[in-house]
Amino acid sequence: MEDETFLTDDFLRQLINVGEVDILVGLPTRNNAKTIGSIVHTIQSGILGGFPRERAVIINVDGGSRDGTPELVTGISIDDVRPASNLHALRTLHSISTNYAGSPESGVAFRTILAAAELLRAKACIVMSPESVNSESDWLSKLLRPIYRDGFDLVTPTYRRHKFDGLLMTNLLYPMIRALYGVRIREAFTPEFGFSNRLGSQFLGQNGWADGTGGSGVELRFTLAAITGGYRVCQSFLGKKDHVERRAADLVPTLRQTVGVLFSALESDFSVWSKVVGSQPVPTTGSDQELLLDPMRVNRKRLRQMFSTGVAELQSVFQSILSPPTLEGLQRIAALGEEEFHYSAELWVRTVYEFAASYQKSVISRDHIIQAIAPLFRGRVCTFLGENRNASANDVETNIEGLCLEFERLKPYLLQMWKSRE
Amino acid sequence: MREMIISELTQALHDLARGFAHYLPRLIVMLILAFVGWVIAYVVKVVLRSILTVIKFDKLSENAGASQLLNKAALPPATEMLSRFVFWVTWLGFIMLGVSVLGILGLQEQIARFFLFLPHLFVAMLILFFGLLAASFFSRAALLAAVNANVPSPRVLSLAVRSIIIVFILSIVFEELGLAEQTMLVAFGIAFGALMLGLAIAFGIGGRDLAQRFLEKKFVRRKKEENEDELSPL
Repeated sequence: MEDETFLTDDFLRQLINVGEVDILVGLPTRNNAKTIGSIVHTIQSGILGGFPRERAVIINVDGGSRDGTPELVTGISIDDVRPASNLHALRTLHSISTNYAGSPESGVAFRTILAAAELLRAKACIVMSPESVNSESDWLSKLLRPIYRDGFDLVTPTYRRHKFDGLLMTNLLYPMIRALYGVRIREAFTPEFGFSNRLGSQFLGQNGWADGTGGSGVELRFTLAAITGGYRVCQSFLGKKDHVERRAADLVPTLRQTVGVLFSALESDFSVWSKVVGSQPVPTTGSDQELLLDPMRVNRKRLRQMFSTGVAELQSVFQSILSPPTLEGLQRIAALGEEEFHYSAELWVRTVYEFAASYQKSVISRDHIIQAIAPLFRGRVCTFLGENRNASANDVETNIEGLCLEFERLKPYLLQMWKSRE
Repeated sequence: MREMIISELTQALHDLARGFAHYLPRLIVMLILAFVGWVIAYVVKVVLRSILTVIKFDKLSENAGASQLLNKAALPPATEMLSRFVFWVTWLGFIMLGVSVLGILGLQEQIARFFLFLPHLFVAMLILFFGLLAASFFSRAALLAAVNANVPSPRVLSLAVRSIIIVFILSIVFEELGLAEQTMLVAFGIAFGALMLGLAIAFGIGGRDLAQRFLEKKFVRRKKEENEDELSPL
C-alpha cells in the first residue's frame, strides 16, 4: 500500500486509533473558520439521523489554515448536536484532522481522504464542501445511501439553482461529457459527492499522482474514471445550492480545473469515448435539475464587448487553434451589434471541439489554449443569457437539451479532426 | 650569353615543375577533401532534414515566431534553412581543412580562427532560437492575460514584452559572437532605458486616466453594477 507513505506519522496514529469504519466523511478545508462550525454540525446530524448504528469518522484535511479551522473541526463535540436533534449514535463518531503543504487545487486533500478510506476500509465515503453553507443534514443520506444500501459506486448531486448559475456546466461540461462519454451526469465537477471504497481504491492506485496531473480538477477526473471504469453511477437531488461568489478573474483557473482536465482526459480515454454513440440517463433520486427564475441583472453588453475584443486581439492565437471557417464565423458575429449578436449552438460546439483537438495536438502551449477559450465562453454566455432572459424553467431545459443534442450530432466532427490530426 | 639565357630558362622551368610537383599532391588532397566534404555535408543535410521533419521542427519554429521572420525575409522554411546552414558549415569546414593542407602561410591562422568561431556561432543560433521561442511564449501569455483581464490595448502590452525579450536576446547573441560588444552593450542600455522611460511616461502622463482606472480597479472596491456580469461558472 504505497499510498500510505505520504501520510504523516501522526495522522497514521490517529487512523489506527479510529480502526475500521463504515462511513467516512472527508472535509477538505482552508481558512473556513466562519462556516466550518455549521458544516460539522450538519455532518454530525446527518450521521446521527441517517446512520446511528454505523461506525463513522470525519476526516478533516486542512491546507494550512491560519484561522484555526482544524481546531474547530476536532473541537466540536457531538454532544452539541444531540440535545437539539434528539438523536443518539450507538457508536463513537470520530473526528480527526491532518494538514498538508501545497495549494488546495493540488489534489493532496482528496488523495489523503482516499488513502484514509482505504486504510480504514470504509464502506461508503462522502466528500463535503466547507463552503456549502446551506447544506442540510439529509444531504449525507442522499449521497451515502445509494452506495451503502444500493451498491452504487459514485453518487453525484443535482441542485436547485438559478437558471443563470453554473453556466460553464450547462454550456460545456455537461453537454460535452454527455456527448463523448454517453452518460448524462449533470454535475460532473462538484465539491460534494459520495463514492464506494472500491472506486476510491482503484482511483488511488491508478491516478497519476506523482506526475502532477492528478492534482487540479481531480474531482472531475474521479467522475470520468468512474464512467470509463464501468462503475455504477447515480445522481441524487440535494436541494438549493447557494450562489458561490466568484470574481470574473476566477474564470481562467476554473477553466483549467474543468475544461483543461476534460480535454486532457480525452486523450487517455479515446478508446472509450470514440466508441460511444448517443447518451443514456443515469439513475436519479429526486429531480434531475430544478431551476430558479428570480430576476437577475446581468451586464450582457460587457460580456459581448469582452468576446469581441478577445476575437480581435487573439486572432493570431485562434489561427493556430481553429479552422478558417470557424474563425471566420467568430469574426463575423464579433462584428455584430448587441441586438443581432448570436453565438449559435453549432458554432459553439465546433469551437469547443476544435479547441479539444488542438489541445490534444498541443498546437501551442496547452495552458494558453485553455486561456483562449475564456473570451469565447463569455460570448456564448452572452447568447445564452439573451435566449433565456424571459424563458421558463422548461424553456431553459429545452435549450440546454438542444445544445446537448448538437454536441452529440457533431461528435463525428471531433472524431474526424482527432484522427486527421494524429 | 645565349647559353646563359637558355640555362636560366631551363632552371626556371625546372623550379616551376618542381614547385608544381611539390604542390600537386596537396592540391589533389585538397580537392579530394572538398569532394568528400561535399558528400558528407550532403548526407548530413539529408539526415538532418529528415530528423527535423520527423520532430516537426517547422511547427516549433512557427510557435517561436521564427517562421514568420523567415517568411518576411523571403527565406526558405526553418527546416530547410537549418539543413542548408549545416551543409555549408560542414562543407566549408572540409574546404578549410583542404586549404590548410596547401600550407599557405597566413591562411593557417585564419582557418584556426574559423574553427574556433564555429562553437560560438552554434551557441548564438541556439540562444537566438530559444530566445525567440521564449519571446513568443511570454508575449502570448501576456496577451491572453491582458485580454482575460479586460486590460485596454492588450496587443501593445504583448508587443512590449516581445520587444524587451528580443532586444535582450539579441544583445546576448552579439556578445556571444563577439561582434561590437561595447557598441551592443551601450545600444542595449540605451534601447532598454528608452523603452522603460517611454513606458513610464506613457503610463504616467499619457495614460494617467488609464493608470487611475487600473489602480482603482485593482485596489478600490468595485461598484455593484460592475459585478453584474460575474456569474458563477460552476
